[in-house]
Amino acid sequence: MKNALEQVFHSRKFVAGFSIFMVLLLLVFVYPILIRDKPLAIIGQGTFFPPGIYVDVYDSLNSTTYILNLDDAAINRINKALGDQQRQELKDWLMLAGVPEDQIDINNTELLLDLWEKSYDEALMIPGLTYAEQRYYQRLDDSLEGLLSIEGVVIAKEDAQTGELEKIDSITQFDYVNIGEVTNVRVLPLGTDNFGRDVLTELVKALAVSLQIGFVAGIVATLIGLTLGLLSGYVGGILDDFIMFITNLFTVIPSFVLLILISFSIGQENRGAITIAVVIGFTSWVWTARAVRSQVISLRNRDHVNLSKLSGHSTFHIIVNDILPYIASYVIMALILQISSAILSEASLSILGLGPRTTDVPTLGLMMNWAMIYQAHILGKWWAYFPVIMTIALITFSLNLMNTGLDQVFNPTLRE
Amino acid sequence: MEKVILEVNDLTTKYVTRFHEDIYAVDHVSLKAKEGKSLGIAGESGCGKSTLALSLMGYYFPPLHYTKGEIIINGRKINNMDPDDLRKTILGTEISYIPQAAMNALNPTQKIFGFIKDVVQAHEPKATKEDVYDLAREKFEILGLSKDVLEKYPVELSGGMKQRTVIAVSVILRPKILIADEPSSALDVTSQKMVIKMLKDLMEKGFIKSMIFITHELPLLYNVTDEIMVMYAGQIIEQGTAKEVVFDPLHPYSKGLMNSILVPENGARQLKLSAIPGAPPNLKCPPQGCRFAERCKYVQPECKVHPIDLQDLKNGRTYRCIFSQKYLRKAYENG
Amino acid sequence: MADGNEVCLCGEGLTKIYLDGRQKNVAVDHVDFEIFQHKTISIVGESGSGKTTLAKMLLGLTKPTEGEIYFQGKKRDLSTSRKRTEYWKFIQAIFQDPYSSYNTFNKVDTVLLDCINMRGGKRLPHKKKYEMMEDACCFVNLKFDELTNKYPFELSGGQMQRLMIARIFILKPRILIADEPTSMIDACSRATILEMLMKLKKEEGMTVIFITHDIGLAYYISDCVYIMEHGKIVESGSAEDVILHPKEKYTQRLISDVPKIHQEWDLSTIN
Repeated sequence: MKNALEQVFHSRKFVAGFSIFMVLLLLVFVYPILIRDKPLAIIGQGTFFPPGIYVDVYDSLNSTTYILNLDDAAINRINKALGDQQRQELKDWLMLAGVPEDQIDINNTELLLDLWEKSYDEALMIPGLTYAEQRYYQRLDDSLEGLLSIEGVVIAKEDAQTGELEKIDSITQFDYVNIGEVTNVRVLPLGTDNFGRDVLTELVKALAVSLQIGFVAGIVATLIGLTLGLLSGYVGGILDDFIMFITNLFTVIPSFVLLILISFSIGQENRGAITIAVVIGFTSWVWTARAVRSQVISLRNRDHVNLSKLSGHSTFHIIVNDILPYIASYVIMALILQISSAILSEASLSILGLGPRTTDVPTLGLMMNWAMIYQAHILGKWWAYFPVIMTIALITFSLNLMNTGLDQVFNPTLRE
Repeated sequence: MEKVILEVNDLTTKYVTRFHEDIYAVDHVSLKAKEGKSLGIAGESGCGKSTLALSLMGYYFPPLHYTKGEIIINGRKINNMDPDDLRKTILGTEISYIPQAAMNALNPTQKIFGFIKDVVQAHEPKATKEDVYDLAREKFEILGLSKDVLEKYPVELSGGMKQRTVIAVSVILRPKILIADEPSSALDVTSQKMVIKMLKDLMEKGFIKSMIFITHELPLLYNVTDEIMVMYAGQIIEQGTAKEVVFDPLHPYSKGLMNSILVPENGARQLKLSAIPGAPPNLKCPPQGCRFAERCKYVQPECKVHPIDLQDLKNGRTYRCIFSQKYLRKAYENG
Repeated sequence: MADGNEVCLCGEGLTKIYLDGRQKNVAVDHVDFEIFQHKTISIVGESGSGKTTLAKMLLGLTKPTEGEIYFQGKKRDLSTSRKRTEYWKFIQAIFQDPYSSYNTFNKVDTVLLDCINMRGGKRLPHKKKYEMMEDACCFVNLKFDELTNKYPFELSGGQMQRLMIARIFILKPRILIADEPTSMIDACSRATILEMLMKLKKEEGMTVIFITHDIGLAYYISDCVYIMEHGKIVESGSAEDVILHPKEKYTQRLISDVPKIHQEWDLSTIN
């Protein structure tokens, strides 16, 4: 036994798969300790905030300001708001508004902005511009305001009764705050999703739930398959015929279709994560049962089983002591594959909208489902679905790698 | 003097284990296979007889490695030949080998004829299907096999028939010498007899010039071969004619082997079966002196000091023991 | 019981048919036999003659399709596990392949411990059990101290088969079925195994049923020989009679096909 374990850990494939899996598992356990947010708390007011560091503006006003005279600050500011594309767009509008082309020089920032300020009028209806384009120019105009100003901004407080503004502070272009001194800074490495939830926190929780579903489904499938396979292989006779009849029945009906039908008939209200896991397990035991049965049949006629019978051992004792150890490695490999396929099954089911209907836990499949419904893929909000895909790929990859590694160790024909 | 077909001088080959230990399974073996004679190799399992058979072909693949010694077939030295060259010009045409489970090596999806075609075309790429068919039919006729076999699949043949077919195919290119490693031990007695008869026919009809026959079944060996070599722990410990070795063994180990013979003959029930105690030495660290010393009834302290050389009697009789033949015979008489 | 002429096991019309799809495969075909106490009986046959199936039926590991086995004058009854265990205290076996006779996950001591438990020694003190195991190993020239805590794959084939004999030594059954116990091990160890089996038989007064394809071995070891062909017993009688003066054609052929050393081995009888 010890020897077998040693061999398993000599297999490079297994070790690679095991390491990836352990990293994922560690993430599941350690992340919630570090970040104590509720995984499904809606924090963003709006959809699909991009990944990044979010700094509280109010808090940064109250932080100590430092004056830094940086030469490129102004240029950066202009370049950020007025890139090549924006300059071209300004030119396009101006030309549509009737400004002759030779007056427009898109490379001279000052002249261009001057011209823009003079010519642009929100209310002016330019023929040929769609509503969306008009809105876009309005937004562009807003962002250009004060771009060349060096006077800074005044922060004022509105008196609740009189409505008078009282100046509190003013900020210049040279004022900086130290991000470390700002009280509220929130890192959203993967942004937020369509509901405004932190994708990373949600993803870690989803990974945990999906793994849970995988384990439950895998164990259910393996237990059913193992029990039926052992019974039908060892006892034989009519019981074997009966079990094989049921097994064949399950083989003929595509298990995914069965899965869909069962999930659908359970009804939305009752579909929890564990229910779905059990359903997946219940529809995927067939191959384990068949494989175990054929192995047991070949073991049943081995002399050590006969000898065990002659030593007066009970059937139960023989199955547990003389048959199970021989197929244990095989069953463990089957279990690993079942786990990985259960995770995939859950994802497929959820994408179809038949996954666990829950409002308090996410799963990998549900995250994909939400991303799909809110058209993250069309809007280019990659952070809502790409990390999920990668996570699913990593889990199944690591599990399959472990399985191949085990196969190499336990299957003598694959040994080098 | 008879012509020597295969001469092996001081051949040593080793297995290298996963832990890089060397196991010398064939240790300084010299032998001569003469024209028209068959040579038998006897010994218990693990004594190196199958390794010797593999080593004789000069074709080595891990974990088996060549260490030293020379192999000469028909005056041609093959131990340092290029493997591809060897396969093209020696294997199958000069020397042929039938492993124990040869019959299980037939491709179940191919007819016997396809198998023969592959063998022939590997050596004569220009041979057409008709050429091969003619050649096969001719050879099968001489060997007493029905030509219907050519059009059959391996599963349609019995074990004995499959084994005979494999033998027929292995001599189709008329090798000078055939090495048969337990060719009949997986078969029942009737099939075994057929296989043996075929091997004897091959020799008598001049299909092959010489044969090396390996088995642990002594009555069989006695009936098939002219000369017998007994192997123990990688070494040759006794050599002589079949009659000499079976009825007048000199080495205590050979004596022990001959005492384990059981045949259904009158008087066999009265024989006293005697067993050799103990197990062969571990070849990872063979004993310094006589390798049989630990199990020998007649062991003396000096047996364990130096490696024992082969004592050469006249007429090709040799044995590896420090005692004289007179002493040994007397010891055996007294039990 | 001492006269040695008592029938302890007999079979009437034993038949075993295996169903292979719709095809009927008759492995053993209406076999009748009587086995006398304290004798060594050989059942000789080529591969596929049904001798191993017959042995399994005698052992109660396979149910006969037809026919009855009488055990000590009564119809054998294996309906409950208690009755089976009782039966197996009387009849035991050694199998052909020592390598597959062991559960490779258990240490070799387990095999002997199981036997002690089966003989009702479950509550014996540990020391007593140890002594019994030591005795049994001593009987087969093995050192128990060297075996204990070892796994089967650390032993050689000969050692494994000797340990199987040690198991029989502890169980002390009245009938021992030895199913080709020497065919997987080489000639030298074969003599050792046979020697031990004979010693065991003599000391315990066992009846030994030897199943083999080696007619020379059967001749050497047995009092009485049954020759089987295609599931039928074609000839039976004392070893001298059957093997030196065979009457049936099949027996004659079988004997003439075995290589001998004192007589000429006639290869010309093959067509």
